[in-house]
Amino acid sequence: MIEVADLAVTFNAGTPLERQALRGVSLRLENAEFVCVIGSNGAGKSTLLGAIAGDVAATSGRVVLSGQDVTRLPAEERSPHVARVFQDPLAGSCGNLSIAENLALALARGRRRGLRAALGRVSLATVRERSAELGLGLEDRLDQPMGSLSGGQRQALALVMATLAPSSVLLLDEHTAALDPRNAEFVLDLTRRLAERFKLTVLMVTHSMRQALDYGSRTIMLHEGRIVLDVTGPERHDLTIEDLLAEFRKARGGEISEDRLLVG
Amino acid sequence: MSLVAFLGAVELGLVYALVALGVFLSFRVLDFPDLTVDGSFPLGAAVAATMIVGGSDPWTATLVAVFAGALAGLVTAYVSVRWGVLHLLASILTMIALFSVNLRIMGRPNVALLTQDTVLTPFYGNGLAEHVVRPLFLGLVVCAAAAGLAWFLRSELGLAMRATGANPRMARAQGIRTGGQVMAGVMLSNALVGLSGALFAQTNGFADVTSGVGTIVVGLAAVIVGETLLPTRRIGLALAACVLGSVLYRLAVQLALSADIPGLQASDLNLATAVLVLVALVLPRLKRRVFA
Repeated sequence: MIEVADLAVTFNAGTPLERQALRGVSLRLENAEFVCVIGSNGAGKSTLLGAIAGDVAATSGRVVLSGQDVTRLPAEERSPHVARVFQDPLAGSCGNLSIAENLALALARGRRRGLRAALGRVSLATVRERSAELGLGLEDRLDQPMGSLSGGQRQALALVMATLAPSSVLLLDEHTAALDPRNAEFVLDLTRRLAERFKLTVLMVTHSMRQALDYGSRTIMLHEGRIVLDVTGPERHDLTIEDLLAEFRKARGGEISEDRLLVG
Repeated sequence: MSLVAFLGAVELGLVYALVALGVFLSFRVLDFPDLTVDGSFPLGAAVAATMIVGGSDPWTATLVAVFAGALAGLVTAYVSVRWGVLHLLASILTMIALFSVNLRIMGRPNVALLTQDTVLTPFYGNGLAEHVVRPLFLGLVVCAAAAGLAWFLRSELGLAMRATGANPRMARAQGIRTGGQVMAGVMLSNALVGLSGALFAQTNGFADVTSGVGTIVVGLAAVIVGETLLPTRRIGLALAACVLGSVLYRLAVQLALSADIPGLQASDLNLATAVLVLVALVLPRLKRRVFA
């Protein structure tokens, strides 16, 4: 379970560039809940994920992951709780390390690293088994550098990496935005399957309203650093993209113009 | 080239192979360009020589030199990681400071070791000539250091260190304390360089405060020669390539010196090395431009 209480983030406080990215967001995710987050550019989606992961310092408010208050902890010390997949396929892995080595790094997330071999018999078997499940033939290429893979393959592996070690929450920051539609579909399908299999608590940022309604069990809309819509259950089931668009208009108090929101 | 000159070049190449391993760790693994080595090499020599002259056991003196090197690395990394000073600048500051420190340690610009017992003394006089014993002994030390480093870099901690250099944001997301990794890596790197300095003093019979000038370039040259001759992504082979590169570099220098190329003199070595390293650094970029 994760809880965000009255979280505010202000960038460049006290300067002419001051920007309030989050203005008091409160959010509670139950275990195994899959929540989609939408909102226009600058609504605070990525800041919210960054503040939960520890990349962005909270100005006020609290972040509690599985009962532990992590508000003041840096990203590396939140790692036992937080699994992540970034938008940029290059960001989530090391291109010059091998596929197996990248997976071994993720396998040790959140626990003490020692002097035992990173790719011992047991971890190598796990790494091979989990990459074989993708059905991309990557289990035969484990020695090749991560950088030799396509963006889609890298994101699929990034998802596998995020699920190798236990976590309180999986943060997905537009993790299919940089992929072509076919690969995006594959990675989204994989996301759904892994979330169900490992009963993951997921917070997925997307800019596709279709995805925001189709995936998971709850949809949240952010606007100017606040939650303006939070729907679940039958109410969400009946929601259409047109309804969402109307909500957007209401939040903005006008027309949607320069958004990069996708209807499809 | 005579056999003695050949073995002498191999010997020097093996001493600097330890520098190459250290430079590989800082430049290649951690992506932390560390010039501290120009100070930690003579530091290792100064500490070992001064302690041996003072009557210490040569192994103890060598061990203390290794720790001194590590400490110099820690200073650079700490200043850079904790206080946010640019890594290059932090390492230059440490290097400059070490010049004074080394003079303080020795009390004078150089210390002679010719009549002292060194770590090599027990191996002399068993039928093998001294100029044969030295490269054999150094070969063993370098193999042990390279094997140990390869084993470490394949461990969970070593992999964390490699990830720190390759993608720090990803490393932090995986729970790796990147600041600590940089400090540990730069310490380990300079410990190897300190060892190199201590062995240099004991095989050459002296420690000199100016012997560190250009250590970084020689180390980098060895790494680059090795990478060019033996391109690999296997970490063990990459370390072997550093050792090979260092020995071949010294052999090439020896060959050039003994070939008596007209117009060149021995003091042109640093210029030639700098040009060699520059060419090796720029060549891949030119290649890309030509074939792009």
